[in-house]
Amino acid sequence: MIDTPTALPTPAAKVPLFRRLLAHPTGAASLLVLFLVALASVLAPLLASHDPNTADLQSVLAKAGSEHLLGADSAGRDVFSRLLFAGQFSLAGALVALAVAVLLGVTGGLVAGYYGGWFDSVSSWLTGLLMALPGMVVLLAARAVLGPSMWLSMMIFGILLSPAFFRLVYASVTAVHNELYVDAARVSGLSDVRIIGRHILTVVRAPVIIQSAMVLGIAIAIQAGLEFLGLGDMNIPTWGSMLNEGFINLYKSPTLVLWPALVIGAVCVALTLLANAMRDELERSRGPAKRRKRASSAAADEAEATAKRGDAAVIHPEETTGSAGGILLEVIGLGVGYDQADGSTSHVVNHVNLRVRRGEVHGLVGESGSGKTQTAFSILRLLPQGGRVTGGSIIFDDEDLAQLSEKEMTKVRGKRIAYIPQEPMSNLDAAFTIGSQLMEPMRVCLGISKAEARERALALLAKVGIPNPERTFNAYPHEISGGMAQRVLIAGAVSCQPDLLIADEPTTALDVTVQAEVLNLLRELQDELQMGVILVTHNFGVVADLCDSVTVMQTGRVVETGPVRAIFNNAGHPYTRQLLDAILEDTAPRGALKNSPLNTGTPNTLSGVTL
Amino acid sequence: MYRFVLRRLLSGVLLLFVITTVAYLLLYAGGGDIARRIVGPTASEAQVALKAHELGLDRPLVLQYWSWLTHAVTGDLGRSWFNGQLVSTGVSTRMSVTISLVLGATIISAVVSVVIAVWAAVRRGWVDRVVQFVGVLGFAIPGFLIALGLVSLFALNLKWFKATGYIPITTSFAGWASTVTLPIIALSIGAIAAVVQQVRGSLIDALRQDYVRTLRARGLSFNRVVYKHVLRNAGGPALAVLAVQFIGLLGGAVIVEQIFALPGLGQITVAATGQGDIPVVMGVVVATAALVVTVNLIIDLAQGWLNPKVRLS
Repeated sequence: MIDTPTALPTPAAKVPLFRRLLAHPTGAASLLVLFLVALASVLAPLLASHDPNTADLQSVLAKAGSEHLLGADSAGRDVFSRLLFAGQFSLAGALVALAVAVLLGVTGGLVAGYYGGWFDSVSSWLTGLLMALPGMVVLLAARAVLGPSMWLSMMIFGILLSPAFFRLVYASVTAVHNELYVDAARVSGLSDVRIIGRHILTVVRAPVIIQSAMVLGIAIAIQAGLEFLGLGDMNIPTWGSMLNEGFINLYKSPTLVLWPALVIGAVCVALTLLANAMRDELERSRGPAKRRKRASSAAADEAEATAKRGDAAVIHPEETTGSAGGILLEVIGLGVGYDQADGSTSHVVNHVNLRVRRGEVHGLVGESGSGKTQTAFSILRLLPQGGRVTGGSIIFDDEDLAQLSEKEMTKVRGKRIAYIPQEPMSNLDAAFTIGSQLMEPMRVCLGISKAEARERALALLAKVGIPNPERTFNAYPHEISGGMAQRVLIAGAVSCQPDLLIADEPTTALDVTVQAEVLNLLRELQDELQMGVILVTHNFGVVADLCDSVTVMQTGRVVETGPVRAIFNNAGHPYTRQLLDAILEDTAPRGALKNSPLNTGTPNTLSGVTL
Repeated sequence: MYRFVLRRLLSGVLLLFVITTVAYLLLYAGGGDIARRIVGPTASEAQVALKAHELGLDRPLVLQYWSWLTHAVTGDLGRSWFNGQLVSTGVSTRMSVTISLVLGATIISAVVSVVIAVWAAVRRGWVDRVVQFVGVLGFAIPGFLIALGLVSLFALNLKWFKATGYIPITTSFAGWASTVTLPIIALSIGAIAAVVQQVRGSLIDALRQDYVRTLRARGLSFNRVVYKHVLRNAGGPALAVLAVQFIGLLGGAVIVEQIFALPGLGQITVAATGQGDIPVVMGVVVATAALVVTVNLIIDLAQGWLNPKVRLS
């Protein structure tokens, strides 16, 4: 019947909400409109020029003028005065509905959420029942039995609206109920009433106020609707009954319908805008969200500064022997930046050079935030929203990918450059079977028939070591294990026989035993298909296992690059040496190693002591 | 899958049973002296008693209910107290008008909402802000005010459409379209505003999912990923909102039918309500509840089709 946003607990704002609303443009405007309407209704006896119910045959359907400010209706009653007095009844009626809804919904939600048990099941079921019928039909049915009392109608509507509060409070309470501080309060012997009052009501207060504004708007609208149908109490002036009267005389005097419609519209819009403004303000105070990005951008800016100072990367000469072929990918001076809200750009990758030969496995190594994944995404031209290549070129097979149109780039992806993600489960679409997710890109990229795609997909699944390809083909992603899912993603990546494969930490999210199997699989496939591979990793153990050459990145720039043997035997950059030392520890060097006093030299001392 | 459908079907029937039972008891217990109202204030006590007996109102409420229920399951909803017409015929002839309004509005809201929401979620920036602001207005302004605005603008001033009346679709499609266009638009605007908000939000969430990047990395175009994969994943919450909107549209139709003088369920309800014609009101409640239960069932099944995990739970 009505939409219930399931707002979760919001921390109470430090500055009073009311004062912040005054600074919010639409919030302040809405408050002003509501205040004026309320004031005019309260002061109606003073402001009105006529009695709202006195009929005057002299001025039936009178035009607006000095006698009747907004004209008179078909009984000669003054429209302006009726509008003012109607405000009293319409607003009071809506407030009755709101009071009933809040009382029932909030108490019900608190009790059901806090104590659970049979009351929980019964009341949850009842709210479902209440929301299953259109409010208008229920009100009409009630009207048939109870007669045209606006107050009764609004009380019934309040019951119908109570689920809006019930569900809100229920969700908040069940979320807070098991929080540690509530447990602590219980252990320390506070009574349930005190706990509910002190800890739980403060959490639900703000969302309940927001919901109240929405509900008030809905109540005014439905009340006006009911009276517009001519089913209201005709003895009291309301905006809805004025609307009804105006509609009957629509042809004779079109402005009669206009005034009540304007007031109802303005009040409803103001209430909704007010609710939105309150939600905006509460969300804004919900604490820092973008701190991480800021920090990394600051680090990158610092890195850019050092790069300019001429602190160049250590470059080891390429080995002339070996099976590696011609240059497949050459990234020159790549920069990646994210546009910030204030119009500036935060640079996360600066002046990165990277060369991958045909059939070569190239490790891209660095800790989280070093820019290695951003570099990989910019080669695919799939940077997250707001990110873009700010400079440099990405030459792939004599074509600069940075200059291609999106349409041309779509043809490169999948068929020529493929991608294996880090986290297998979130990278499969849960709504489609494994088989259809394997077939769809093959059919698009290779233009093959459904039957052929199916055959190939089954063959690929067998090739990546899935024991029962047919069953996996028909399974949904949630029905297979993480290791299996990663094999499926690898099968998908190689399905169109790409020249370059970008694997972004392909084993990090897997169990240790599965990791080795997946690395073996990658090696076999690379041998067979002779792809160039960029292996993004933070783990030098994986590099030693698979890679021919390595590029080490730190805070958005390259610090060292060269053949894997040269790096392992003769690391030139202190950061590379730290990463190498970390394999001895057999731990993943995540987080900031750089300036941490705990990490520098620890591996050596440790091994010195124990060995 | 069969068990899923069966369970939903059973819970739908149970809901229908509970709603009608509660409605019956409230309507018939609270009715006051109905027989007196029907025969008029000048009638003698004997005439009133005779009328009450004739309508079966002198029996205990539970017996009245049992006899109503046993007839209702065979499709017999009794007769109107005032004109003696069969309630089932009265309701079913008018139901088609309301269904064509509400279904039309639901389909139009679904299609238009998806288009606008995709536009806002993909483009973001000023497009998104404009959509959001207009959405708040469309949501806040009561539907019958929009209907009044449409009547005075397009029917009275511009004379593009008929202001009132209804032509069945079986008589003339063009005629039908000309009589239902404005009512459907009036009903749809609020629903579109609500559904757009929901779809936009879930699209923005779905667009951030990892599989979007992975599918694009496999050579699928952005539009293909959005329309085939992202939209399907965002579809669940959207359908839930659409179901809620459908219930709201049924209520809105009552008023809109009155404005456009369409002979739908709304009209018969308003008339019966004014008279206190309880069997007809009861019939409308049954019809509405049945419609809501059916639509919820369809939406549940669609949810199961969209999201394979729903079928399991």
